[in-house]
Amino acid sequence: MTSRDYDDVPGTYVFDSRNYRKGYHLNMFCMSLNKAECREEFARDEKAYLETFPMTAEQRQAVLDRDYIRLLQLGANVYYTFKIVSHDRQPPQVMYGKMSSPPMSFDEFQQMMINGGRPIDGNRSKKES
Amino acid sequence: MARLIAGMGTSHVPGVGAAMDNGKTHEDYWVELFKGFEPLRAWHAENVPDVTIVVFNDHATSMTLNHYSTFMMGVADRFRPADEGWGPRKVPVVEGHPELAWHLVENLILDEFDMAVTADFDVDHGLTVPLSIAYDQPAAWPTKVIPLCVNVIQYPQPTALRCFKLGQAIRRAIDSFEEDITVGIWGTGGLSHQLGGERAGVVNPDFDRNFLDNLVHDPMANTRLTHTDFIREAGAEGIEMIMWNVMRGALDEQVREVYRLYHIPVSATAYGAIILENE
Ligand SMILES: [Fe+2]
Repeated sequence: MTSRDYDDVPGTYVFDSRNYRKGYHLNMFCMSLNKAECREEFARDEKAYLETFPMTAEQRQAVLDRDYIRLLQLGANVYYTFKIVSHDRQPPQVMYGKMSSPPMSFDEFQQMMINGGRPIDGNRSKKES
Repeated sequence: MARLIAGMGTSHVPGVGAAMDNGKTHEDYWVELFKGFEPLRAWHAENVPDVTIVVFNDHATSMTLNHYSTFMMGVADRFRPADEGWGPRKVPVVEGHPELAWHLVENLILDEFDMAVTADFDVDHGLTVPLSIAYDQPAAWPTKVIPLCVNVIQYPQPTALRCFKLGQAIRRAIDSFEEDITVGIWGTGGLSHQLGGERAGVVNPDFDRNFLDNLVHDPMANTRLTHTDFIREAGAEGIEMIMWNVMRGALDEQVREVYRLYHIPVSATAYGAIILENE
């Protein structure tokens, strides 16, 4: 696969054609949660609802586990995983915190942002970290 | 003839809309930001154009992987607030302006900007939050709106330069519209932020300030930023800032900065807003 100059940016998953292809059905599942009737069906039986999408077993498990960083590694885009955290009626900071390295609670992530956010210095390039 | 009066750039963080919709704007977390909105809203109250072109992006709401376009113009009579996963926002329906929208489509395509067209598009926070920021909670939005949806999610997004040139072409089209109306243009999204990945929460105030300063005095500098410049320096989602270049491209070469607001944090982002008037 073609490498890209942004592959050097640490902790970052650019939604390019590589992730588009890998995550297509996973993202389409996430997107389906825009519809109230799909949200209800998912809430009734998460496993059964996930079976209706041609996703990989690994992708389904990561959804069930709410393992957000794994979802990104399996081709999801954060605007799509947003639909899962919204479905769970949780603020997005819960998801951002779980994806962070090391992971953070809602309060820890919120506090980091109030303190001025994650610093860019030291986070520009894999060579730095 | 139609006349472009001003431009605004603003972030469109969903949390701002949610804070308003759920009556939380008096809470400590929000007070300072909403205090900063007061002068911005005062300016908007005095400067309501007949039509506002809102350059925004959809967030896995009405446009998705099976069909997406780089630039899409909304030509409908009205656009409903979308259900993004928690039910539609209870804000007024957005009234379109099909005459100007079609005039833009025709002129842009003949000017070699190949726009996609939609007459059926529910609008998400990318469009409704800027309206809430500008106009608070009215019974109906005071301006008609032409949604101009830009792909900023799927790589490669249009270049920063292409966005600026699209703005210039929009200006040529506005100037040739025969009806006597006033027009505004907003660029939305940004500023620096990253939502996904282990680096979530990264922001870059120096980059943002530079971008805002250049927007006023040296807009071409912002057209030289590459995709990787945005991803690295402004966060993966900070690339939304290219939509501000469409707004800036439509304005005069010389502009007057009327108001600027910068605030960290709003959710996981650096919030920015700027109002620019043609000199
Ligand atoms: Fe956005």
